[in-house]
Amino acid sequence: MADYLLELRDASRTFTISAGLFQPKKTLRAVDRVSLGLHKGEVLGIVGESGCGKSTIARMLLGLLAPSSGEIYFDGQPLYRMERLARARRILPVFQDPYSSLNPRKTIEEIISLPLVVHKIGMPEERRRWLAEIMQRVGLSPDYLPHYPNQLSGGQRQRVAIARALIMRPEIVICDEPTSALDVSVQSQILNLLMDLRRDFGLTYILISHNLAVVEHIASRVAVMYLGRIVEEADTETLFRDPKHPYTRALLDSVLTPEPELGVPDAQLGIAFPNPLAPPPGCTFHPRCVHALPVCKERAPLPIARDEGGHVECHLYDGVHAPPPQRQASLAAS
Amino acid sequence: MSALLEVENLTVDIPLAAGVLHPVRGISFSVSQGETVCIVGESGCGKSLTSLALMDLLPKRAIRTADRLRLDDTDLTRVSAREMARIRGNRMAMIFQEPMTSLNPAYTIGNQLEEAMLQHRPVSRSEARDRAVYLLEKVGIPAATSRLSQYPHQLSGGLRQRVMIAMTLMCGPDLIIADEPTTALDVTIQAQILHLLADLQKEFQMGLLLITHDLGIVARVADRVCTMYAGQFVEQGSVKEIFRNPLHPYTRGLLECIPVPGKTPRGSYLGSIPGMVPSLIGELRGCSFRDRCKFVRDGCENDIALKRLGDAGRAYRCIMSPEQSQRAEADRALA
Repeated sequence: MADYLLELRDASRTFTISAGLFQPKKTLRAVDRVSLGLHKGEVLGIVGESGCGKSTIARMLLGLLAPSSGEIYFDGQPLYRMERLARARRILPVFQDPYSSLNPRKTIEEIISLPLVVHKIGMPEERRRWLAEIMQRVGLSPDYLPHYPNQLSGGQRQRVAIARALIMRPEIVICDEPTSALDVSVQSQILNLLMDLRRDFGLTYILISHNLAVVEHIASRVAVMYLGRIVEEADTETLFRDPKHPYTRALLDSVLTPEPELGVPDAQLGIAFPNPLAPPPGCTFHPRCVHALPVCKERAPLPIARDEGGHVECHLYDGVHAPPPQRQASLAAS
Repeated sequence: MSALLEVENLTVDIPLAAGVLHPVRGISFSVSQGETVCIVGESGCGKSLTSLALMDLLPKRAIRTADRLRLDDTDLTRVSAREMARIRGNRMAMIFQEPMTSLNPAYTIGNQLEEAMLQHRPVSRSEARDRAVYLLEKVGIPAATSRLSQYPHQLSGGLRQRVMIAMTLMCGPDLIIADEPTTALDVTIQAQILHLLADLQKEFQMGLLLITHDLGIVARVADRVCTMYAGQFVEQGSVKEIFRNPLHPYTRGLLECIPVPGKTPRGSYLGSIPGMVPSLIGELRGCSFRDRCKFVRDGCENDIALKRLGDAGRAYRCIMSPEQSQRAEADRALA
């Protein structure tokens, strides 16, 4: 498929970790041969537990971390052979913590207009006009322009971060946990704003989040990551209606919806948390998997295309090793 | 049956340069044996200071007052600091949000677990060690004996929180206060920890006071719920009542803010609560939610007493009657 706006092709990223004085260095494979494409106009959600590599993917796509192997293409061109400023103009981030991602010694005006200064766009007069427009668009009163970040609430700061990204009129916005530092009443405002802005500016989002309810609400497609691999990927409706991978099922079953009748779910994941420095052989999920087969310990599964599009990486669906497991009805109902 | 923990008209005042801060403004509730009570609210509503007030761990300059503060047969307003130290960690224990900062990085897990018991009980170190191993197994930590010699940084966040839970259980407390026990954890681990807490609570018949901002957690674990806003309880009741028939506009607003997979239409506008929490410094009058309330009307500027409905502990603090509230909500849906 050549119509991806942004695409990871077999991209890996490894880090060398010091295991201690006099110990040989170890290699951490944060992202392991991932292929993933982003269509123009869609919202791609990436979910997974902490340490699964989702933020590393975000940093690679932002151009902050070159892949160790494999390629990233943006608009058909290798991202890392494009000029740094050129790619930074078109792909912009909104980070998790609006407390640490805004410079405390700059005013809101300086923070939001800094990208324009860096990229040498516009005359002072134009910049002021754009600034006023974007402030209004993200719902911030112009009174805040001379203020400093510490004078703003968490939600207002996240609006500043969004305004700073959008003043560049980017094509892609990468949101890494954009609402997890916020209260629920503020989270919903920011989510509404993100959805509005996407429609109005024709934006494409990558939404990285551990909150599956949020991902379900605004993503059009979801990729599930486990230890550096994308173990399942499908459009949101399909993934939430019919999750295939046992890990996806466990994740969905762990979502605590406000339904008092249901009680605390038992996702049956065990606590055998994998050590990313020494990942288990075969399928890296097998020590925690309730459906693990003998083959899972030996061979890593290959991606299997799902009928509805997307893929799943699990031996249960290769048609050779086992009949696919049925999902427990009581859990599926939630 | 009389309650295990009884709190009546608890207030916390903190004198600041700008005036007196009133983070907790006269709250009353109780927790019975084997019961889970949740206090839910957003940041700054006073829920964490409530838990610290119960444990007598408030900052020095904070002033705590209460008409009644009783744990079983002990009047906590009258105990000395020394007696309180004997109660804390022994008869009531607390689980904090971030297990990394609440475990001492310089001591082994075993050392800290044993300490929690040696402090309060006339047992030998080896007896304490046996109890530590038993509880580590109980909270689902594999190879418990070998964990005793590990340091907190060698454990993952989920394991650390399990250690923290085991530590609170060392003396077999009657009451556990858990302040956002799973906020720092992944959803999968969160479900496991909550499951574990519920199992242990049933097994040992403890009272559990859980403080959280997450309505999903509240719905799944609570028996009774208190919604807290600006230092007051604005609504109290059984979990089913609160979620099926929320009476305060704030509780309803919170519920509308969260997307529910399979129920909230994908991509639809989520409800929101405009505005900000009022400042809690100085003299406060009237309904604290009125500046953000869709249904604000004449009379909201006067203080509103908690209205009790029936005798099952259902109460709310709003000028509207349940019927008025329902009608107003229906009118808004039409408009």
